[in-house]
Amino acid sequence: MRRLKDDMLLCLIYLAAFAAEFLLIGILGYVFVKGFPQVSWHFLTSVTSVLQGTAGIAGNIVNTLYMVILTLLIAVPLGIGSAIYLNEYARPGKIVGLIAFTTETLSGIPSILFGLFGMVFFGSALGLGYSILTGAFTLALMVLPLITRNTQEALKTVPEAYRSGALSMGAGRWHMIRTILLPAAMPGILTGILLAVGRILGESAALLFTAGSGYFLPRSFGGWFRKLLESGGTLSVQLYLSMSKAQYSVAFGIAAVLLCMVLGINLLLRILAKKWDVV
Amino acid sequence: MTQGKVITKKLNIYYGSNHALKDVDISIRRNVVTALIGPSGCGKSTFLKTINRMNDLVDNVRIEGKVYLDGADIYGRGMDVTRLRKRVGMVFQQPNPFPMSIYDNIAYGPRIHERKSKAQLDEIVERSLRQAAIWEEVREGLYQSALRLSGGQKQRLCIARALAVEPEVLLMDEPTSALDPVSTLKVEELLCHLKKSYTIVVVTHNMQQAARVSDDTAFFLAGEVVEYDTTARLFSHPTDKRTRAYISGKFG
Repeated sequence: MRRLKDDMLLCLIYLAAFAAEFLLIGILGYVFVKGFPQVSWHFLTSVTSVLQGTAGIAGNIVNTLYMVILTLLIAVPLGIGSAIYLNEYARPGKIVGLIAFTTETLSGIPSILFGLFGMVFFGSALGLGYSILTGAFTLALMVLPLITRNTQEALKTVPEAYRSGALSMGAGRWHMIRTILLPAAMPGILTGILLAVGRILGESAALLFTAGSGYFLPRSFGGWFRKLLESGGTLSVQLYLSMSKAQYSVAFGIAAVLLCMVLGINLLLRILAKKWDVV
Repeated sequence: MTQGKVITKKLNIYYGSNHALKDVDISIRRNVVTALIGPSGCGKSTFLKTINRMNDLVDNVRIEGKVYLDGADIYGRGMDVTRLRKRVGMVFQQPNPFPMSIYDNIAYGPRIHERKSKAQLDEIVERSLRQAAIWEEVREGLYQSALRLSGGQKQRLCIARALAVEPEVLLMDEPTSALDPVSTLKVEELLCHLKKSYTIVVVTHNMQQAARVSDDTAFFLAGEVVEYDTTARLFSHPTDKRTRAYISGKFG
């Protein structure tokens, strides 16, 4: 009787595992099958032209790269910096508790609220308007908790003996952090960055009213810099817009490209993490 | 005893309300091995960590009295902690090599204190590893991770790492308690060699070890130094009856 129960339970567990796996593969497969026929060289390297009636996402790809890089440029130093402060400098107490609580709360806020705040604060109050920069600042706020939390967790796993070892040799605290702690915590930090990239790639609600939906490519060299202050829709935003206009074939094309990007970045960071984790 | 390398005057240490060291007056001779013995929690490690100011890092610590290194007050205004820790190296109970190559572990200290050429570093690495009697075992794999070494090798690596900055004093906090008997023996032999060039203070739980390796011994009990004398005298003719009871194994 007991045996039978065990076997049944095992069956259920396998079933659950297969269901989860199947769902993932199913979604990926469906998107790729529907999307890849849309993806052509032209689709990837041109911008949508209403006159010619063609669809292209080159502008959106560029916007997405801008958004990922800019957001990380803002959020990674801030996130790692605050994690180092919280973990290595601040004495545990009310203030640290409050900051930790705020960070937790920040990660639970719906993204459309970030969009609202970003539009009003960065867009209007700071006068950045609908621009990639406004979007990047907004997203930086969103991913900050991810990076801070993951860095903190990674720092916590570094043995205390490394700290006292380095300090006892006369290393200053910052030198110790730079040469011992950060390298040892690198895999965890990269995990945080990876999650942040996923969040940036997938975000649409917070960007719709901050970075807008521009899809043109810069025409001159200076244009690549001016672009920071111009509206630019990422792939996810364009995906949303295409769906709302019932252009499902374009939407699936974008989805396929987006998924490839996510997989690619995952792979890249995994390789990096492994390289850092040699010891 | 002539002018000691490390001298404490009325040293008192409190962790919050816990009075960890009480009026410790000690003069540690240069170029000998001084053993600190006593039961757990008696203040020997606290005393050790005072000499390189690692106690500063503990929350709620209060330090009163004076500690002199070659006559200079180490808690005085002119004392730079980085310089102090270069002069007073430390080896911990648990071997704690950094997660990097053997070479980088040894070069870590020298790199903190001044810019050195590759050739200079190479020389320091070899000299330190030789001094710690581990050179022959690792010379083929200097660029391999230090974490792959055995426990005893790790500890000798840590000793080499401490020696690389050419300290004057070497503090050792139960350096063999995590090691097997063979490795323990190697580290003990090492101490006898090293004392020619360094002043060594070693905390130990093991009285046989204190008797074997040290020239002087201080017996700590509940934060006080009960007895401090040459090892030979302290073990053969202890004057205090608590010392006699402890070294004959009646408690601790």
